[in-house]
Amino acid sequence: MGYSKSMNISLDDLDQNFQEVQLGLTSIEALEEANRCLYCYDAPCITACPTSIDIPKFIKKIASENLLGSAKTIMDANPIGASCARVCPTSELCEGACVLNHSTKPIMIGLLQRFATDWAIKNEQYLFEAGIKKDKNIAIVGAGPAGLSAARELARMGYRVTMFEAEENAGGLNKYGIVSFRLPQRISDWEVEQVKKLGVEIRTDTRVGVDIQVNEVLETFDSVLLSIGMSHVPELGIEGEDLNGVYDAIEFVKGTKSGSLPKTMKGKKVVVIGAGNTAIDGATCSVRLGAENVKILYRRSMDEMTAYDFEYEFAKQDGVEFRWLTTPQRIIGNENGNVCGIECLRMELGEPEHDGRRKPQPIQDSTFILEVDAVIKAIGQSRYIELIDDFGLDHHDGVVKINTDSFLTSNPKVFACGDVIFAKGQGEAMVVTAAQQGKEVAYAIHQQFTREIVEAESNK
Amino acid sequence: MADLKMNLAGIRSPNPFWLASAPPTNSGYQVQRAFEAGWGGAVWKTLGDPILNVSSRFAAFHYNGQRVAGFNNIELITDRPLEENLKEIYETKNLFPNHAVVVSIMVEPKQEKWHEIVKRVEDVGVDGLELNFGCPHGMAERGMGSASGQVPELLEKQTYWVKEVAQTPVIVKLTPNITDINAIAEAAAHGGADAISLINTINSLIGVDLDTWNTIPHVGGKGAHGGYCGPAVKPIALNMVAECARDERVGIPISGIGGISNWKDAAEFMLMGATGVQVCTAVMHHGFSIVEDMIDGLSNYLDRKGIASVTDIIGKSVPKYSDWGNLDLNYKVVARINKDVCINCNKCYIACEDTSHQCIEMLEGSGGNKYLEVREEDCVGCNLCSIVCPEEGAISMVELENEHKSMTWNERQAVMETFRK
Repeated sequence: MGYSKSMNISLDDLDQNFQEVQLGLTSIEALEEANRCLYCYDAPCITACPTSIDIPKFIKKIASENLLGSAKTIMDANPIGASCARVCPTSELCEGACVLNHSTKPIMIGLLQRFATDWAIKNEQYLFEAGIKKDKNIAIVGAGPAGLSAARELARMGYRVTMFEAEENAGGLNKYGIVSFRLPQRISDWEVEQVKKLGVEIRTDTRVGVDIQVNEVLETFDSVLLSIGMSHVPELGIEGEDLNGVYDAIEFVKGTKSGSLPKTMKGKKVVVIGAGNTAIDGATCSVRLGAENVKILYRRSMDEMTAYDFEYEFAKQDGVEFRWLTTPQRIIGNENGNVCGIECLRMELGEPEHDGRRKPQPIQDSTFILEVDAVIKAIGQSRYIELIDDFGLDHHDGVVKINTDSFLTSNPKVFACGDVIFAKGQGEAMVVTAAQQGKEVAYAIHQQFTREIVEAESNK
Repeated sequence: MADLKMNLAGIRSPNPFWLASAPPTNSGYQVQRAFEAGWGGAVWKTLGDPILNVSSRFAAFHYNGQRVAGFNNIELITDRPLEENLKEIYETKNLFPNHAVVVSIMVEPKQEKWHEIVKRVEDVGVDGLELNFGCPHGMAERGMGSASGQVPELLEKQTYWVKEVAQTPVIVKLTPNITDINAIAEAAAHGGADAISLINTINSLIGVDLDTWNTIPHVGGKGAHGGYCGPAVKPIALNMVAECARDERVGIPISGIGGISNWKDAAEFMLMGATGVQVCTAVMHHGFSIVEDMIDGLSNYLDRKGIASVTDIIGKSVPKYSDWGNLDLNYKVVARINKDVCINCNKCYIACEDTSHQCIEMLEGSGGNKYLEVREEDCVGCNLCSIVCPEEGAISMVELENEHKSMTWNERQAVMETFRK
């Protein structure tokens, strides 16, 4: 059997490489860990969780073997709590706040959350019920983490919710954007089922603006929530971007989550441009698809890298090489139009920019060429500006402007949440943040309707 | 290294650690293995008229993931023929002449029955006898074990019958399933017992299976109460030992039993008046080898304290144990929270706020840092906060200087009495 440099990666059985990397806790491990929790009063882990999950409560329920109650506690606060159990940067959130950091070692909150939600998934539990039906119809455009979270809460309050999803399946980033060996698709699928079970209609393969016109949506529904996230990776703006073998990291990862795994990377030399979490995903996916060598090129240094530390460590363990202070100049193709090399320039760091990060500057005459077969672009994501314009919403470079209290856009009927309102310097675009915004926007929509009713009553 | 040799009413052993009469001392093979591991003595599993046992006999109480906090059994006395046991006892004593081989016995409450068993057992050469008046299940339904042990007159009379013929020291093992342990301890002394051992197991039902609604354990769908032992019973046993130790009318040596799992437990029992200790549940959980640390730990402790012989600690805490009426009403301790050590779990806050005297405050410093502080004037010194605190050294109970001179309830009542006159 063939194995690549990284010992646990098989060249023969690619599917095996995409199995979940981290194992869940066994019942005994979960019980031991749950019993180690102090059940703090006014616990800092709750405050550190963007969705304010009552963590001591769900852990206590694991300890008392009330797993249904535990899963409900989690999912009540976070409609995508099963996914978050796997993808949250827990060391920077709940586990980072655990008081036991000052004593022994923090409770493995993420793994306990996974244990409880895995139980619910395995036992095919439906955790919540729809509220008494209200005579209000709400459209949600985009069935990713933010949209699903909003839909779940609105449905529990009794609103009639219709979701429009351009992809074949709902789930968004959790379904297509997070690598399978971190988050298997069945987890997201279960969360989508939870939402559907509340009577939420999800129209998949339906791209608003193409398959259904924006006006129709605006006219048919009482309120519209825009939770469309972000789009593809933007152009690098260099020569050779349209050669065969140049990939968009988002599309590339999606390709590993849409049926059988592509064989195109086997034995290839790959470079990934960028050093965020998506770049790490592109790199580790390449390794797991059998690439011979994978390098991440980043124009800044390790200190400016936006990928989480644990992601960086994970990539290194997969054998990914990092080339700091390296920027691509030109992608070189062969006579067949396939990528065969990339011309790079070495950089050095200058003065800090407005975001505090030091500005990279090219070093003169430092050009060099790397022999590569594939280039994966992971330099951020562009915006669905056209659709936002179709809705006629005020935006700043594709970031929809909202009232931060009410999530209301410039159109009093349209709300927005999730990555579509995420802008630089406004916290982190985490899945868990999207989940919380989804909840908050649902309450904001409810509040708007309630206010309308109260005003109508008082005008009588 | 401190001298660990001990002598309980004439029964000598190389150390104070004996195996209690129970499944671990069921056979020569087991007792010999135990002696090889380092146990100083063993009380052979109770001999008597052969019985029949049931299948499914033990169960345990697990607490918060901690296995065997308590242990329960419905096994009876030995189910092996008397001759076989006696042969193995003889062999064992010959192989280990310096170890204490004590044999537990239990027969019907008849003089001739007691005379007969005592003679037969002593004939093979043993160091002492232990009369089982404690077994709470099965045998008690037939008038033996705790059925005898719960009636002071019966216990006294049977002890007397044994002493009529016994050549070796006689230990009477007491049941805790009684309102007043002193009453039966005194009866044993009256009957002529050379020592008492306590406690035997406590009537118990471990649990109910929530799926089948069967008892735990059950025998084909039916259960019966068993005898409870293990770490969970230690505080009950320690009190009973201490009550007997400070009772002048008892006045005979004590072999301490009940939840002893390590050298520290053993030292506590000895400080509270036990001459030596007997162990069962801990070996059933971990095997005989635990005695190594019991010996090593006790020896290091004595060396650290500069005590030459383990016998020097026997009963040293007994004078410190008394009645509530003799406690100083003017003694005062208060809780103090060490902010540098505190990890801010707020366990103490909620415990005090919900269930004690509402004297801990959650405060915020100028820099937004949260901290806890005790309002000492309202603190009654209950210890609850320091009990629930998970962080060593975060809460100390501090002794305050007495504002008034020491005054106990009994002294106060005596003074009040003089006023009334």
